[in-house]
Amino acid sequence: MTTTTTTAAPGTDQLTPAIRRPKGRFTAARTARYAIALFSLVIVLIPVYVLLVTSFKGPGDATPSRAWALPQLWIADNWIMAWDTLAPAIGRTLQMVIPASIISAFLGSMNGFVLSRWSFRGANVVFTLILFGMFIPYQAVMIPLNQIVLDLGLPNGVPTLILLHVIYGIPITTLIFRNYYESVPHELIEAARMDGAGMLRTYAWVVLPISIPSFVVVLIWQFTSAWNDFLFAVFFSTPNTGPVTVALNNLANGAQLQNYGVSMAGALFASLPTLLVYILLGKYFVGGLMSGSVKG
Amino acid sequence: MKTIKRWGPPVLLLTPSMILLAVFVYGLIAANFATSATDSHTAAQATGAQPTVFVGIQNYLDLLASEAFQHSLKNLLLYTVVFLVGTMLIGFMWAWLLERPMRGEGLFRSVYLFPMAVSFIASGVVWRWLLNSNEGEAALGLNRLFQMVGLDFLQNPWWNNITWGIAAIALPAIWQLSGYVMALFLAGFRGVPEELREAGRMDGASEWQVYRHVIFPQLSPVALSALIIIGHMSLKAFDLIMSISKPSNYQTKVPAVDMYVFKSSFDYANSAAVGAILLIIVAVLVVPYLIHTSRKEASGR
Repeated sequence: MTTTTTTAAPGTDQLTPAIRRPKGRFTAARTARYAIALFSLVIVLIPVYVLLVTSFKGPGDATPSRAWALPQLWIADNWIMAWDTLAPAIGRTLQMVIPASIISAFLGSMNGFVLSRWSFRGANVVFTLILFGMFIPYQAVMIPLNQIVLDLGLPNGVPTLILLHVIYGIPITTLIFRNYYESVPHELIEAARMDGAGMLRTYAWVVLPISIPSFVVVLIWQFTSAWNDFLFAVFFSTPNTGPVTVALNNLANGAQLQNYGVSMAGALFASLPTLLVYILLGKYFVGGLMSGSVKG
Repeated sequence: MKTIKRWGPPVLLLTPSMILLAVFVYGLIAANFATSATDSHTAAQATGAQPTVFVGIQNYLDLLASEAFQHSLKNLLLYTVVFLVGTMLIGFMWAWLLERPMRGEGLFRSVYLFPMAVSFIASGVVWRWLLNSNEGEAALGLNRLFQMVGLDFLQNPWWNNITWGIAAIALPAIWQLSGYVMALFLAGFRGVPEELREAGRMDGASEWQVYRHVIFPQLSPVALSALIIIGHMSLKAFDLIMSISKPSNYQTKVPAVDMYVFKSSFDYANSAAVGAILLIIVAVLVVPYLIHTSRKEASGR
C-alpha cells in the first residue's frame, strides 16, 4: 500500500506538502499513489471512451475486430437518429422533473423545519417513520399504488410520475432540511419568536431566506433522482408517454436488431442534463450525497 | 387556546406530508400484504371481474419452494456481496489515496464520482456492449479488450453464465457507486480532528500506526452508513438488469425483476408477495440501523 508518506504538520501549507519531503522510499510511495490514482482514472473512463467512439461509427466499422478502434469515418447519423427518437421524451422528462423537484423541496423544507425546532412527544418516532419511507423497496407498494392511480383517474406518464416523485421524495428532502436546520443557530429563530412572530411567519421571513443552500442541494438531488428514475417510469408510463429512461431503454432493447451506435448516442443525450448539473454544481451535488447518509 | 396556538402551526405544516406518507407508504404496504394473501393470479381477478379468495401465506410458501424464485434469491445474495465488497474496497481505497493533498486531486475526485450522476439505464447501454458474451473471433467489449492485451484466458460469457452471471451485472453497479462510497469516506477522513493525528505522532506512532489505531476506528460510523446505503440499493437492484439483460433472462433475474414480470402477466398476488419479501429483507437490514441512529441522536442532544 501507499501510505508511508507523511502528512504536512498543521499550520504548514496544506497544498504543497510534498516539496520538503525526504527522497527515497517516500518518493516510491508517492509514485505508487499516483499510479493507482491514474490507473483508476483510466478504468473509470473506459465506458466513456466506448460510448463516444461507438456512437460516431458507421456500418463500415461494424466488424468485431474494430470494436475498440477509432471510427474510420466519423459519422453523425447515430446522433441525429438518437435525438429524433429521444427529443420528445426529454421534453416530457423536463415537464416532470421541474415541478416534482420544486414541490418536494418546499414540502421537505416545511417538514424539516418543524421536526428540527418544535419538539413534541414522539417527534423522534415520527421522524424515524418518515425516514423508513426512504428505504422501502417501492416494489412493496407497486401493486396497490397501481390501483390507487387507476382509481384517481390520473393519466399515465407525466402527471402520475410528478405525484409519485413528490410523495416518495418527502423522506429524503425532509432529512436534508432537518439536518440543515439543526445546524442553524437557535438564536436566529429565537430572536424572531421574541419579536412575536408566529411559527408560520418565522418560517416565511426568517427560515426560508437562509435555506437557499439547502434548497439548491435538495433541488439537485430530486432533479437527479427523478431524471434517472426508471422503476416508477416503467410501471406508470410507456415509451410514448414516459420519461427519457423508458424511451432510451426501448430504443436500446426494444428493437430486434441492436444498433449500439444509436443507443450509445441516446445514452449520452439522456445523461447530459444530470452530467451538466454535476459539472456545474458539483459541490451541491456532493452535499446531497452526504445528507443522504442519514447521520444526524 | 394556548395549546392550539402551540400545536396549530406545526401540525399545519406537517399534516400534508404525514397524510401522504401514511397513505402511500404505510397504507399501501398494508394493502400490498393483503393482496399477497389472495389467489389473484389472473387478469380477470386483477381487474376485479372475478373474485379473489384469501389464501393466507400460501403464495409465500409456493414462491420460497419454487426453484426459480430460489434462483432469484441466490442471485440477489451474490449480487449484493460482490457489489458491497467492490464498492467498499474501491471507495475506501480512493478516499485513502485522495485523503492527503496531491496534485490533481480535484480531477481524480470528480472523475471517480461522475458515474453517480448517470442513470443505470444509460450506463447499462454501454455496459451491455462491454459485457458482450461473444468470445474469440466474434468478441466485442471487454472480451475483445482482454484479447488485445494478451489476457485471453480472462474471456468469459459474463452475464450469460447461469451461476455467476449476476456478478457481472454488479460490475457496472460498482463502477457507478464506488465514487459515492469514496465521498462518504473522504468526509469521514476530514472529520478526524488534526489534533488526534498529532497526538498519535507525538506518542511516537508511525504513520501507518496513526491510521490503524487513530483514524480508521473513527471511520466505522461512515462505513456503517455506506454499508446500509449500498446494501439497500443492492436489494432493490432492477434498472441495470432490465437494461443489460432482459427481464425474461433467467440467468440474471432477481426478486425485483420477478415482481415486474408477475405484474406484467397480471399475477398480482405473486407480484405483491415478492414485493413484500423484498420489504422484509430491507427492513431486517435497515430498521435496526434507523433505531440505532435515532437513539444515538436522542442521547446526543
